[in-house]
Amino acid sequence: MFKEKNQQYRLFLFGFLTTNFIWFLFSLIYNTSIIPDPIEVYRRIPVLLGDGIAVHIGYSLFRIGTGILLALLVGVPTGISMAYSTRIQRYLYPFIYFSYPIPKTALLPVAMLLMGMRDGSKISIIFLILVFQVVVSVRDSVEQIDITTYQVIRSAGATRRDVVRHVTLPAILPNLLTSIRISLGTALSVLFFIEGYGTKFGMGYYILDAWSRINYIQMYLGILVLALVGFLLFLMMDLLESYLCVWNKN
Amino acid sequence: MEQFKLYLSDLNLSYKSKDLSVPVIENLNLTLTSGRITVILGPSGCGKSTLINALAGNHPLDGGSITFESGKNRIPLHPQTQRIGIIPQNYGLLPWKTVEDNCELLLKIKNLEIDEKRSEFLGELYERLEISSLLKRFPKSLSGGQAQRVAIARAFALQPEVLLMDEPFSALDAITRENAREIFLKEWEKNKPIALLVTHSIEEALYLGNEIIVMKSPKGHVGFRMDNPYFGAYSKESKYLETVDKLRNMLRNPQKKELDDHV
Repeated sequence: MFKEKNQQYRLFLFGFLTTNFIWFLFSLIYNTSIIPDPIEVYRRIPVLLGDGIAVHIGYSLFRIGTGILLALLVGVPTGISMAYSTRIQRYLYPFIYFSYPIPKTALLPVAMLLMGMRDGSKISIIFLILVFQVVVSVRDSVEQIDITTYQVIRSAGATRRDVVRHVTLPAILPNLLTSIRISLGTALSVLFFIEGYGTKFGMGYYILDAWSRINYIQMYLGILVLALVGFLLFLMMDLLESYLCVWNKN
Repeated sequence: MEQFKLYLSDLNLSYKSKDLSVPVIENLNLTLTSGRITVILGPSGCGKSTLINALAGNHPLDGGSITFESGKNRIPLHPQTQRIGIIPQNYGLLPWKTVEDNCELLLKIKNLEIDEKRSEFLGELYERLEISSLLKRFPKSLSGGQAQRVAIARAFALQPEVLLMDEPFSALDAITRENAREIFLKEWEKNKPIALLVTHSIEEALYLGNEIIVMKSPKGHVGFRMDNPYFGAYSKESKYLETVDKLRNMLRNPQKKELDDHV
């Protein structure tokens, strides 16, 4: 266990150093203000505090969190009912199949008109991108549950509710956490896009704003923050998984 | 000990998959009594598992009825009204619950409170099945024999009126299997609930069955029925070996006429 942790730290440190080294090399090769020296960027970290970066992070996390939560609230029940009911599957599957590949970001103008320029349209876009992923992943993992898993609990007279609580939900949890992890990555990258209008807050806005003012150092600081927040979110997911899915460890 | 009976009357079942429905059991009539273990011996595909599923309330009946009799009261068997214990082929333990939670889950679903008396009973049950030290472990970390004992414990934790077993020992190695059968039998003998075991192992049928029934494919009729004098024993007598041979021939040639002969 300790050895494993140690190895993880090393991996992290090594990744951090290589990334920065490559960044540094590029800054030397191109010698342009759009790729500043990483050390220069790190020296300016205090600037972030003056910019109230916490507020920006808070806004972004709120949008991501709400989007993911809504996607789960809609996606999990939909995926489960698709797996359990052939009728629901028959009606919903063509729709999901057809609309899954549509790039949801292209629906931004529609979302803006219907949901407004503020958080409504931003959260809607995150929701739309994630909900299909959640539905498909939940449906697939429910279908993978071994039939005999239900046998025992049903023979004790379990209601549908008992089955969902004791079998379905715990069974899909590992895959669900994986799909949330992927969702998080997607949601973070979409920030850049949805925080480019109708707001003065958010990590996406912070980066775009610095860019438009040709303040490249500040832009890089924004990118650093975005990367760090993403990293912490992933770490949180790891912890959550090792806590919730102890049983799944070999 | 109160006498229970289970009547299977004109039972019709079909095997169902997504786009196919094949009748596997037609007009089966069978009476099971508490105090006896009935073993159904049959080749794979004769509808044994479908029958177990139907009894456990997991499979719709195409026709006929399954009724449970206690005293003068005779009602349709239903998982919510009777206590049905089941030991499936691959144990059916929930991987996300500890051994203890697995064993107690069915009690929880039946709203049976784990009071002092019951918790004492459970403690002794775990002790007898040698799983007391495994209670906090998850099924993934158990050996086959351990998982099997947990599955047996879970079925008996319910203090079942009806006990159903679908090839429960088939995944174990020979020695562990013998051990598990012995443990199972000891536990069953405490209350002797109605018990139905389906298997393709002749040896197992002769060891665990008071009564042995050979199912006839493809319609799932009762092809042959015998009271088993070798119950609880692995005999070396020549008569025992003759019986083994006879049963083996029936399983091999299920269509043959001799099935209708009686011993």
